[in-house]
Amino acid sequence: MDVKIKSMKHEDFKDNEYIDKLVEELNATGANVVVGQFDKLINWGIANSLWPLCFGTSCCAIEFMSLGAARYDMARFGFEVARNSPRQADYIMVQGTIVHRMAPALIRLYEQLAEPKYVIACGGCAVSGGPFKNSYCVVTGVDKIIPVDVYIPGCPPRPEAFFYGLMQLQRKIKVQKFFGGVNRKEKREEFFRQHPEERGQID
Amino acid sequence: MSDIQEKISQICPSASFSEGDTLMVTVDEKDWHSFAKALKETSGLEFDVLSAVVGMDWKDSLGVVYYLTSTVNAWDVISVKVAVEDRENPMIHSVSDIWKVANFQEREVYDFYGIKFINHPDMRRFFLRNDWKGHPLRKDYDMNPELNPIPLEDEQNEDETVSYVEDADGKVKVVPGKVFGEDEYIVNIGPQHPSTHGVMRFRASVDGEIVKKVDVVSGYIHRGIEKLSEGLTYPQILHFTDRMDYMSAHQNRHCLCMCIEKAMGLQIPRRAEVIRVMMDELMRISSHLLSFGCTAMDLGATTAFFYGFREREMILDIFEKTCGARMSMNYNVIGGVIADLHPDFQKDVKAFLDIMPERLKEYHNVFSNNLIAKNRLKKVGYLSKEDAISYAITGPSGRGSNWSCDCRKKHPYSIYSELEFNEVLLDGCDSYSRYMVRMKEIEESCKILAQLIDNIPEGEIRAQVPKVVKLPVGSWYQQVEASRGTFGVYIESTGEKNPYRVHFQSPCFNLVGVMDLTCSGYMIADLITIGAALDFVIPDIDR
Amino acid sequence: MFNFGIWTSEFNKFLMGFMPEWLAATVECVIIALLVLLTYTVLALFYILYERKLCAWFQCRLGPMRVGKWGVLQVFADMFKILIKELISLKDTDRFLFKLAPYIVITSSVVMLACLPWGRGLQIIDYNIGIFFILAVSSVGVLGILLAGWSSNNKYTLIGAMRSGAQMISYEISLGLAMITIIVLSGTMNINELVWQQESAWFIFRGHIPAIIAFLIYIVAATAETNRGPFDLPEAEHELTAGYHTEYSGIHFGFFYLAEYLNLFIVSGIATLMFLGGWMPLHIPGWDAFNNVMDYIPSVVWFVLKSFFISYVIIWFKWTFPRVRIDQMLSFEWKYLMPLALANLILMAVFVALGWHF
Repeated sequence: MDVKIKSMKHEDFKDNEYIDKLVEELNATGANVVVGQFDKLINWGIANSLWPLCFGTSCCAIEFMSLGAARYDMARFGFEVARNSPRQADYIMVQGTIVHRMAPALIRLYEQLAEPKYVIACGGCAVSGGPFKNSYCVVTGVDKIIPVDVYIPGCPPRPEAFFYGLMQLQRKIKVQKFFGGVNRKEKREEFFRQHPEERGQID
Repeated sequence: MSDIQEKISQICPSASFSEGDTLMVTVDEKDWHSFAKALKETSGLEFDVLSAVVGMDWKDSLGVVYYLTSTVNAWDVISVKVAVEDRENPMIHSVSDIWKVANFQEREVYDFYGIKFINHPDMRRFFLRNDWKGHPLRKDYDMNPELNPIPLEDEQNEDETVSYVEDADGKVKVVPGKVFGEDEYIVNIGPQHPSTHGVMRFRASVDGEIVKKVDVVSGYIHRGIEKLSEGLTYPQILHFTDRMDYMSAHQNRHCLCMCIEKAMGLQIPRRAEVIRVMMDELMRISSHLLSFGCTAMDLGATTAFFYGFREREMILDIFEKTCGARMSMNYNVIGGVIADLHPDFQKDVKAFLDIMPERLKEYHNVFSNNLIAKNRLKKVGYLSKEDAISYAITGPSGRGSNWSCDCRKKHPYSIYSELEFNEVLLDGCDSYSRYMVRMKEIEESCKILAQLIDNIPEGEIRAQVPKVVKLPVGSWYQQVEASRGTFGVYIESTGEKNPYRVHFQSPCFNLVGVMDLTCSGYMIADLITIGAALDFVIPDIDR
Repeated sequence: MFNFGIWTSEFNKFLMGFMPEWLAATVECVIIALLVLLTYTVLALFYILYERKLCAWFQCRLGPMRVGKWGVLQVFADMFKILIKELISLKDTDRFLFKLAPYIVITSSVVMLACLPWGRGLQIIDYNIGIFFILAVSSVGVLGILLAGWSSNNKYTLIGAMRSGAQMISYEISLGLAMITIIVLSGTMNINELVWQQESAWFIFRGHIPAIIAFLIYIVAATAETNRGPFDLPEAEHELTAGYHTEYSGIHFGFFYLAEYLNLFIVSGIATLMFLGGWMPLHIPGWDAFNNVMDYIPSVVWFVLKSFFISYVIIWFKWTFPRVRIDQMLSFEWKYLMPLALANLILMAVFVALGWHF
């Protein structure tokens, strides 16, 4: 089992170890042929139909608009159906700083997303707090409050970087197992149960 | 200035004066309210615009510095300092009945410094959650994150408000109030909403589809830039300006650089001035193009949005070649600009200027002249000239109410006094005028660019600046015309390499203050278009 | 012109040969139901891609390109994903109505689809009041939308649903009046007969002035009926996030999504039937050779292509015009469109009485 992303070769990805490890793990566990094929089909569907939830808080949102505009045109990948209701979106792209007042709203939005759901932290602020890291009311990285799948650094990232990040997400989706399995997406509560030290940081 | 000083001492004999950047008047707290009223109403003074309200903590006292502008008398600027020594329960009289813009400004000061304003109708926090402990911009604020951990629970809607009312014999009473009545139907818009242009939150009380009152809840992107700036050196705080109003990054940074240069007494080379002005105007066009696109999109005309972005990409290319980034350019530095122009700059700008008039016509065909668009924008969101002045609505939104408030004309800075351009004024006072002012300003900016593109002087791009920038003791205030209105920077220095206090007076902060006034009586759908035509950028409000 | 009725009657005879009549009828019903559902899905998928591609071209973009050649597999990926999405059940909602609503919407549009005449002999039931039936069924859809908005217990959905109710009920009047205008001309409500009457020339040519006015009124009203721009107030993304279906996820949302696109096809199909001759090829009186050539093109192709063309126009509206406001929309209907439709009806009656039509 390998991961194919159209127009992006295996060696073009900078961080393959993580995904390759997942693939290895999957191959070792083995899967029923029928279930495996179903998994493939479903993952192909999810990976190619990632509908974003518009969640722009600052500058990165403007670059995200450029991503949707004619020059970069994310519609080519089928990412353009931006839903405004979290119930219908597949991933939340956190574009911009998350501050204390916004944090509960972000958690709420994340919990409103229907499974399977993914999170992309986009831009320096969402990754780590960025230039505002030392402030009194900035969340230093959204991974403090919700699990993050892909990080896109930059201030703001270029549209090309957005595409790279989205393809990384596609790769990650293509190795997950929908029917039971080793690397199904963790729910927030499960995540905190396994990583109690993370919870300690925020409570 | 001296006759102003004379007149002021007649009104308020106890006032003391100091000359700095502007005339600074220091008055006693108990005289402040009557003095403010006199400043606005006495002929010969008539300071009718409250440009900035800066909360201050001088360690031994807390206070506020007000910057006032007179539209009648040649745009004179004075500053008034009011201080109180009580740190436990500081109270200053509110001026929100004189200048309406003070309503939100004073709430900001209350939030940052805990200064309570007497007779203010609605004394709630503005940026921080209502369960926040402490007032962060005070010098003795405890930064311990355990005091204010990341909240995981939703905030309770703050329907309760409070005001401190002074009765006839000078006693201050606490009067609780309600933001919304018990049986009002309240629709919550935001913070995550497609058309609030960021993370603004409005709570609108509606009757059917008609909006009766809008309560603005801000602070969902409040990053504490002003507090952060106090801990950084001057060159380090420059980058914050690009991340406040990212659509006027160049102008904002220009303003901060000018303020620092003014304090240092630095002369900057002419080439740098020309480059700065050209970048400012390109930024203005790019901002207005985005605003065009977003207005169209909020009205449901999605296609027009893509046309606006097509031309904006050309400007971003120009920026990228010279500055190295599409957004957050970090181009202006103290003393000039960081890098010289790219060899293609002139060619690219000329190519842009060539196609722009034609594209503007296309925009008007696609969107501005469309009957539905006109019906949606015209006679919606009425804002009279008097209200615009009282709420200090500058920029295209103020000029849409026929208020001549262009800082480039009133306080010409840089090389604007040598340039020929018109200040666009329309008297519709509605969303359509505001929108059209922007479209016409694109033409004016193109005019400025055309004058400069062949006349870029040779020479240095940066003046000699000492390695460690230290400002002398004092305070400075500088204004520029950003894409959305007058952007002001206040710096107070104690002679260190860090500023003692930096305040950014953002135009969008005032814009959001008129949402209640302009939206009441219109429909929910109009709330969106009014917001789009006012065109605020949320990170600029929240800072 | 090939008559598909030959196939169907042969198949009927074949079934009747070895099974009793009731069983044959049941088998036929099941087969037809499956066929209708299949057509429904395929058409809806096609329409989603059609709109995404068209909208991209209006906006100087390419649209879906990566999933399959020219992005043709994009919609299948979307469908797989929507099928496996979690169905979120909400607290404090009317569960029964909440779950019922998408089915009402989709049922009403499937029934309407079943009434359309697809080609010569390709019609499921031939009523003598076919048009009347279509009009009646189309009004059921709004019930689903109202229920969805009400049962979600959300202010946005409620406002969206109320807008939708006001809009659909208002514009149904113009829609009906425009159709009645044509019924005055034809003198029948039987769908099959309507098509056959257009053999010499389509109604839009036969009825000339009043028919053209009726056609324009119909297109405007149909755009409003399908909740599409500039009348997309019930969804009004920029005001109400997603309107009446804000709280729906997974396949329940998928039903709304499919029904929205299919309704577009259905109103285009009815416009084709009423004004552009249904599956009838383009016939010009006197040009026999031309008419013969036209007859070689199968009737299904005629029907589908005409419908796609009208859908194209309606999609074009959406991506060009800004959205109107609720009061503007209602005053447009009640003050302008409906009086015009009424006057046009009288005009048509006069034309028919005096024999001024072809």
